[in-house]
Amino acid sequence: MRALPKQLVMVGSVLALAACTTTDGGKAEVQSAPAKSPSENRAPTGEDGNVPFPSTYKAYPGAPTALVGATIFDGTGKRHDNASVLFRDGKIVAAGTGLSTQGFSIIDGAGKFVTPGIIDIHSHLGDYPSPGVPAHSDGNEATGPTTPDVWAEHSVWPQDPGFSRALANGGITALQILPGSANLMGGRSVTLKNVPSRTVQGMKFPGAPYGFKMACGENPKRVYGNRGRKPSTRMGNFAVNRQMWLDAIAYAEDDEPRRDLAKETLRGVLDGEILVHNHCYRADEMALVMDMAKEMGYKVTAFHHAVEGYKIGDLLRENDVCSAIWADWYGFKMESYDGIPENAALLQKEGACVVIHSDDENSIQRLNQEAAKAQAAGKRMGIEISDATVIGWITLNAAKAMGIDHLTGSLEEGKMADLVLWNGDPLSVYSRPEKVWIDGALMYDAMDRKRRPVSDFELGQPGAGDVK
Amino acid sequence: MKSLLTLAASAFALIAAPAAAQDFTITNVTVGKGDGSEPVKGANVVVRGGKIVSVGTAGSASGDAAVIDGSGQWVTPGIVIALTNLGLYDVGAVGSSNDTGARNARFDAAIDVAPAINPSSQHIKVNRAAGITRALVAPNHGRSIFAGQGALIDLGADPDAVQQARAFQLVELGETGARIAGGSRTAAYVELGNALREARAFSSGRWNAESALLTRADAQALVPVVTGHQPLYVEVERAADIRQVLSFKRANPRLDLVLVGASEGWLVADEIARSGVPVIADALDDLPSSFEQLAATQSNVGRLAKAGVKVAIGRLSGGTDGHPRSAAQFAGNLVALSKMPGADGLSWGQALATITSVPAQIAGHGGKFGVIAPGATADLVLWDGDPLEVSTAPTRVFIDGVEQPRESHQSELAKRYRDLDESQLPKAYDW
Repeated sequence: MRALPKQLVMVGSVLALAACTTTDGGKAEVQSAPAKSPSENRAPTGEDGNVPFPSTYKAYPGAPTALVGATIFDGTGKRHDNASVLFRDGKIVAAGTGLSTQGFSIIDGAGKFVTPGIIDIHSHLGDYPSPGVPAHSDGNEATGPTTPDVWAEHSVWPQDPGFSRALANGGITALQILPGSANLMGGRSVTLKNVPSRTVQGMKFPGAPYGFKMACGENPKRVYGNRGRKPSTRMGNFAVNRQMWLDAIAYAEDDEPRRDLAKETLRGVLDGEILVHNHCYRADEMALVMDMAKEMGYKVTAFHHAVEGYKIGDLLRENDVCSAIWADWYGFKMESYDGIPENAALLQKEGACVVIHSDDENSIQRLNQEAAKAQAAGKRMGIEISDATVIGWITLNAAKAMGIDHLTGSLEEGKMADLVLWNGDPLSVYSRPEKVWIDGALMYDAMDRKRRPVSDFELGQPGAGDVK
Repeated sequence: MKSLLTLAASAFALIAAPAAAQDFTITNVTVGKGDGSEPVKGANVVVRGGKIVSVGTAGSASGDAAVIDGSGQWVTPGIVIALTNLGLYDVGAVGSSNDTGARNARFDAAIDVAPAINPSSQHIKVNRAAGITRALVAPNHGRSIFAGQGALIDLGADPDAVQQARAFQLVELGETGARIAGGSRTAAYVELGNALREARAFSSGRWNAESALLTRADAQALVPVVTGHQPLYVEVERAADIRQVLSFKRANPRLDLVLVGASEGWLVADEIARSGVPVIADALDDLPSSFEQLAATQSNVGRLAKAGVKVAIGRLSGGTDGHPRSAAQFAGNLVALSKMPGADGLSWGQALATITSVPAQIAGHGGKFGVIAPGATADLVLWDGDPLEVSTAPTRVFIDGVEQPRESHQSELAKRYRDLDESQLPKAYDW
């Protein structure tokens, strides 16, 4: 969702413009049980040099560190009180109580909380960066309704100040940058480490699979219908999509095809290597998309926005599709008119996978608060969801839906040391990140004015280096 | 004579009193008065005839008024949104339901939102349930830098939403004004100067229709602005532009100005404070989303307040981060900043004031609503916890002492879909 111009503007056209947790149903409290992650969803790491645009990300130096005496939410749904988390050499060593801190620098976590790094599964940072000027408008290749050939990473401006805000205020350690939703097929997404780099390759999350952005509903048919071309209706949306998939299947069956960027991406989806993130609001459309996926032999990994997900929690669970949603945004267009704040809780109650996303450079800075709002709305209708589970919505669940849960998203031994020390309960409006580590390197420290990134754009400008 | 006046006064009071205003006392409640003070535990709030009679820890419920046990709960004034489009649209993207702006209208300053307010809009219901009781509703600009005249409304479940029509005029400067005026701030300033000149001419009977650029209706509409009877809300972000507006105020001291946006206001905070011009700020904007907001920071509001500026938070108009019902969350974030080194935040009491008494003061109704104090109207919200926390919600909402329904299209959908059981009948029969 690109930034609205700074006047009161009713949203006229929104050009948001992308192996889920199942639960065992609940008694009084709804639990989540970790689901298996498809092991085939591993993109080549790039170190073999055979992959175009390989990641050149390298972890920065850190020190063996123990956060001691804190309340810990580990991302899997567990909570440890008065506990410690230890990390060294960029990896989590352990999280829990009764751990020896011999050889670790100790940080006192009394009164504080620790969570895995927060992960935003739906962002346009870099593609629709600040300042939001036309020269930076790179999120939607809206020159044709299906552009599977474009890759969001080729639009990412690593100097977008939005990345540092997400780090400092939101504890964001990883994020998925998606093409917008003007198109039925928007292109490949990219998963980034929230670590500044001079190049986007330097931010690319090593080992992360690609995603593929699709969009149903109002946006594509409005954008192209207004130009007198297909699609101009929802039925047009589906026809264009289905024909593209048929063409992709034919291409995939060819033993020695000519290189074709669009078909390569679609074939990646059909092969299960590239994960589908489908912007879709209405329950009935999500049901149609799931049937299209079955017809064409691919899987929808996550519906994004899924404003009416609560109406089909059973279908979403049965089809193992995650819902990446807002806490309570609604009502700005017809397909969001039925959005309710109880969406997350009702999905969780049905055993469907819940992820909280932002799709916005402002609310990425408070995913923790959004998750808390969603939890509370559920509680008010009698659906009790533990704090630890709710933290999972913005950590491990997001990681699973992005195919990186084997690498990050929880404070488990061997995973990347991506974590946040909060100065209070992360589900409280009064809390903020105090320290953020990525791969064990301290990338943000509220107590150290200089331990925060300032993008090239901001140097020498009014407010450069200010607490934002 | 005196008794006649008393009779007349009480007769008027009977007619003016809301139809179902109850007399009640809320007991043993934690009260946030909205006047900037910190919360007080164990207080009683006494309401008679739709007005607050007393608030405090002394005394107890008396008489046969209804008693509401506030134990474990908090009470605040109803939230006042300093600037919004609420009530002017059903679905933003559905043009026919969206009366916020008329791009091809023939008039601009003369536009008056009051007749277009729809009290039945779902967004009024939803935001009322979230504790919003009053709002300053503005139009969006069309082809002129003058957007038109906004209104003060209450969010009550009755047909009379508009409390004060033509409560303010809104003008766009900065990059938006520049674009509207033809592509440069220079053009916007000339438009502004010309419009006020024509309004003055109109007010002194010298307006010449033939040589005028404004329509008669627009020139006439700006008369209360130039005479200082109607506030002029000026949307402006950049430090240099804010300085320009302040010097404009010094040159035209009769104008009653309010700055809107003011993302870089903190760079000019002392000047703004000296000028006495209030600010309606975006609470948490911290990105250089344009070249006029390079210095944006979440500490803006805190720094303005520290310098003595009267600052409310507003412009909550429905974006993903800016829904009116997010007002309390935004205020709570300003409190969070107080704990962050190098940041400037607000105390709890100050933060609550930015969404209650300060918007009321800016609207010219200080003390009449937006505060829990003797004589103020009984716009009260009972909360199941700290109102600025993200996990709390209103349990009861009163406007002018009348309890308000909290149902909406949204709440009905939640009820229908609390289960997905269609074993006997389709969901459509579940109502």
